[in-house]
Amino acid sequence: MILVGELSLWVALLMAAWSATVSFAGARDGRADLVHSGERALYATFGFVIVASIGLWTALFTHDFSIKFVASYTSANLPKVYTFTAFWAGQAGSLLFWTLILAGYAAAAVFTGRGPRTRAFLPYVTGTLSVITLFFLATMCFGANPYERLDWTPPDGRGMNPQLQNPGMAIHPPMLYLGYVATSVPFAYAVAALVTRKLDAEWLAPVRRWSLLSWFFLTIGITLGMWWAYVELGWGGYWAWDPVENASLLPWLTGTAFLHSIMIQEKRGMLRKWNVTLVATTFLLSILGTFITRSGIIQSVHSFAQSPVGNWFAGFLVVSIAATAWLVATRLKDLASQAELESMVSREAAFLYNNLVLVGISFSVLWGTLFPILSEWVKGEKITVGPPFFNTVNVPLGLLLLALTGVGPLIAWRRASLSNLRRQFTVPTAVGAVTGVALVALGMRDFYAIVCYALAGFVFGTIGQEFWKGTRARVSMHGENAAVALARLVGRNRRRYGGYVVHFGMVTMFAAFAGMAFKKEYDITLRTGQSYTAKDPWGHTWTFTSQGVSAYKALNRYVTAVGLDATRDGKRVGIISSEKRQHVDSRDQPTFEPSTEVGILEGAKQDVYVVLAGVTGTDRAEIRVAFNPLVWWVWFGGFVMGIGGLIVMWPQAERRATRRESGYVAELPPAPAGEPVPATVP
Amino acid sequence: MKARNKFLIGGALVLGSASYLMASSIQDTGQYFLTPTELQAKVADDPSFVNQGVKIGAKAVPGTIVRDPSGRSLRFVMADMADSTKTYPVYYKGIAPDTFTDGVEVVVEGRLQADGTFHATTLLAKCASRYENAPEQGEGTPGYKEYQQYKGKHPAGVPKTAAPAPASQS
Repeated sequence: MILVGELSLWVALLMAAWSATVSFAGARDGRADLVHSGERALYATFGFVIVASIGLWTALFTHDFSIKFVASYTSANLPKVYTFTAFWAGQAGSLLFWTLILAGYAAAAVFTGRGPRTRAFLPYVTGTLSVITLFFLATMCFGANPYERLDWTPPDGRGMNPQLQNPGMAIHPPMLYLGYVATSVPFAYAVAALVTRKLDAEWLAPVRRWSLLSWFFLTIGITLGMWWAYVELGWGGYWAWDPVENASLLPWLTGTAFLHSIMIQEKRGMLRKWNVTLVATTFLLSILGTFITRSGIIQSVHSFAQSPVGNWFAGFLVVSIAATAWLVATRLKDLASQAELESMVSREAAFLYNNLVLVGISFSVLWGTLFPILSEWVKGEKITVGPPFFNTVNVPLGLLLLALTGVGPLIAWRRASLSNLRRQFTVPTAVGAVTGVALVALGMRDFYAIVCYALAGFVFGTIGQEFWKGTRARVSMHGENAAVALARLVGRNRRRYGGYVVHFGMVTMFAAFAGMAFKKEYDITLRTGQSYTAKDPWGHTWTFTSQGVSAYKALNRYVTAVGLDATRDGKRVGIISSEKRQHVDSRDQPTFEPSTEVGILEGAKQDVYVVLAGVTGTDRAEIRVAFNPLVWWVWFGGFVMGIGGLIVMWPQAERRATRRESGYVAELPPAPAGEPVPATVP
Repeated sequence: MKARNKFLIGGALVLGSASYLMASSIQDTGQYFLTPTELQAKVADDPSFVNQGVKIGAKAVPGTIVRDPSGRSLRFVMADMADSTKTYPVYYKGIAPDTFTDGVEVVVEGRLQADGTFHATTLLAKCASRYENAPEQGEGTPGYKEYQQYKGKHPAGVPKTAAPAPASQS
């Protein structure tokens, strides 16, 4: 099976090359037989990549340590689930995993794209996707082959890095890859639309679907990444503006911008150049992200080892940028806008600013991430920027974005009237103002936090008002009870109300981010039975009593643990324990550096975050205790965003039936002039 | 004025202030990223360079790590990755990351003191084995040493079978 897998990799390479060649040739000469052959070859590529992947999994599960990849990332005593996830724990395997997803998406995109509306684009979509797949396969076959063999067979492998032995790490990379890779399909459609010069709305429907899918997985992936960093790395936060984190944020930002600006193109035929550029940029940023993580070009705590694969990616990136730029430049005429911005007080303007801010944030993040390289090129000196840079720039931009999140849904398309503004803005503005004033009255003094919470109140007001008005309208028109009305409201306008759910999650996250401004940390030393008393940011008094240090051996590790008995305002809340672990291989030899398991007492108000720093003697434990306010809401916000994404994506099966229902449009809240009919494009 | 122009003015304002923020915060918080060799050259050029915040990429010299029993501070010597004669003693106050061990690649952030000690406020250990622990031909895998010795004695060829696992060495 292993040999079969290795061979399949090469066959897949040939298949992808064939598919790329005949798809483009067939499209150019209008030869249906070649086009069909290309599509079939792409399906076949997927098949062979599956076989290649099964081969690698077989090697992992049969512990074939003669394969370098298997020897490097697993050991005989590694739990089964992590043996499975070891597939993407290292460079070569993660490239294969990436290719597997890409080939799967490509097959799905071709399969779903056969309909009459997208038929014209399909040859070029197939061709572009084949080229990307070909690139990944070639990188593996000639650069980093997961099947590379050692010239000997070790009795056991090195094992997996303990920090990767975490459920979050099992799901986080696949989610991120699913998101990254999904950007290739919109890119392929953009290329197809540009080549065929069919730049009206047809190409946008599949692009929107795939962009949503990508956005959905990136959102989940990024949130899981934050969670993993928080529970596993033990430094107390979840976002450090590390280049690798930034790399995952970049395509998310431009993808989000696109999902908003696409609405303007659908409704008004504006922003055609911009949208094509955003689609391409999103794809290029995800390739850039991979390049950053793989080349070791930027100092990052999580980068993969320096490897020649970086050069492959750099080359691919340059070629892709050049090709896209050429395509756009030669088709500027076809991309002319069909309408003009009519007023600054309109939804278009709000969306334009939203795009501007999102792209501004991505630019600043990109700039900060690449600054060490740029400064070295320009001035010959490497200058790095850290979290202060990203925070100074992005906090104000983020708050502006938050404000726009509240404004966008309230304001009418084309030109908002004064009465529209008054009717829509009164309640949300009041909610925001009351929130801000209340917090100041309660003694909050952090400027950015107050602005953030006031704006969050404003957006919550907006969302609440939208749901309230929509539900009330249904109740009065159809006589449904409120719950049914709400469910139908969301169900029949998934795109609009799903979007609001996403906004709700995002705002919750922003509010949680601001909570970290009030973080408190204490470094304490405790012997068995000794206590320490500390105040949390909410004013509660906590007492931590050491229960002593214990040392024992578990499964594949030696553990030193300390338990703290915690009381809040005199009431016992439980024991929080933190561990130092030394992992060992099947022969009891230590592997890797010791790692820390933090103890977290989760709560809606705050997490109590306990890190064992070290033990002196037998029971003198050095402990860091931190109160991290509102962290739980970050995960909650991410979850809600995911749900919102699902609502938006859910296929609208009874779309036609809904349309026939005459009440569909009329049952919306009293529509201000130009209020959009919720889009029916799935 | 046309809405389009108004929008462009607004956009320019937003982007302008963002660029201003970017430029000024790079001014204020940007740090040189140097190797010990480069740091020595800088200090030789301009003695006032001492006590300026910098980031140094170097290697922890094996055997020089002295940890305070409390686990809250430590000292070690860092050496240039390319030229191990260029070294600086480092004093770091804080909890060292799990990955910090002998010979590891480190990035320290802090200030060089007048006495030649580098006072670090952050210490990042970039272990080659953090995410990518691919050793050259399995270096570090169990049995590697035995294999190397075996290989030396049998120049004719190496059987592709596992070296028998020695009894537990713990």
